[in-house]
Amino acid sequence: MAATIRLQREPFDAASEAAKLRRGRGDIGAVVTFTGICRSDESGAPLAAMTLEHYPGMAEAEVARHVEAAERRWPLLGVTVIHRYGRLEPGEDIVLVVTAAAHRQDAFAAAEFLMDYLKTRAPFWKQVEYADRKTWVEAKSSDDALAERWTLPDGRDEAAE
Amino acid sequence: MKLRYFAWVRERIGKPEEEIEPPAGIATVADLMTWLSRRGEEYAHAFENPKVIRAAIDRTHVRGDAAIFGAREIAFFPPMTGG
Repeated sequence: MAATIRLQREPFDAASEAAKLRRGRGDIGAVVTFTGICRSDESGAPLAAMTLEHYPGMAEAEVARHVEAAERRWPLLGVTVIHRYGRLEPGEDIVLVVTAAAHRQDAFAAAEFLMDYLKTRAPFWKQVEYADRKTWVEAKSSDDALAERWTLPDGRDEAAE
Repeated sequence: MKLRYFAWVRERIGKPEEEIEPPAGIATVADLMTWLSRRGEEYAHAFENPKVIRAAIDRTHVRGDAAIFGAREIAFFPPMTGG
C-alpha cells in the first residue's frame, strides 16, 4: 500500500486529501481524518504564534517507520500523514492523519496510534510565542503514556526498532 | 563526525551544527555528552541535565549507551513535541 507522507510549510486541505485517498476505491468502508490545530491559548495565556522546528531527513524517516508499523498492525487500505513546520498562527492546521480501511475500528485505531507516536517520537519541537516571550513546549508525560499503550504484549515497540 | 542540535539545545549551544573529532576513549553517546559539556559554558548549559536530552545516530533514535563508532551524524535534542 502506497502511503502519502509530506512535511511542508504550506497549509493542507484535509477534505481533498481524504477524498484523494478513497477515490475510485470500492473496498474502503471507513476513512478517519484527524487534524491537529494551533490553539489560541496555552494554559490560559493568549498565543501569538507557534513555530515548529523539525529534523529534516529524520522526521520523514520516523513518520515512514510508524506508518509501516501501522500497516503491519491493521489492515489499512490507505494512509496520509502531513506535518507542517515553520511559523503557524492560532487557527492554522498543524498535522493531518488520514487512515482508510474496510472497517472503522482499524481506521480509528491506526489514526490514534499514528498521532500518539507523532507526538512522542517524530523529531518535531514546538515553540510558542506570547505577546512578550517565547518558550519551548515541554513534552507531556501524559503523551508518553498514550504512546506506551501501543507497545506490544512482549514489550516490543515495533516502530522504534 | 557531524553534530546537529535542535530546539533549546541548539539555542543554548548557539549553533545548529558543527564538525567534531572526539578523542579516543569517547565510546558512547553519554560519553560524548559529558565530553561536550566540558567544552564551555554554553555546552555545560545545554547538557546540564543529560537525562532529558535525546539523541539520534544517523537519524535513528538511540539511548545513551549506544556506541558512536562509525557514526556520521549525531543529533542532540529535547524530548519531542510534534503532532
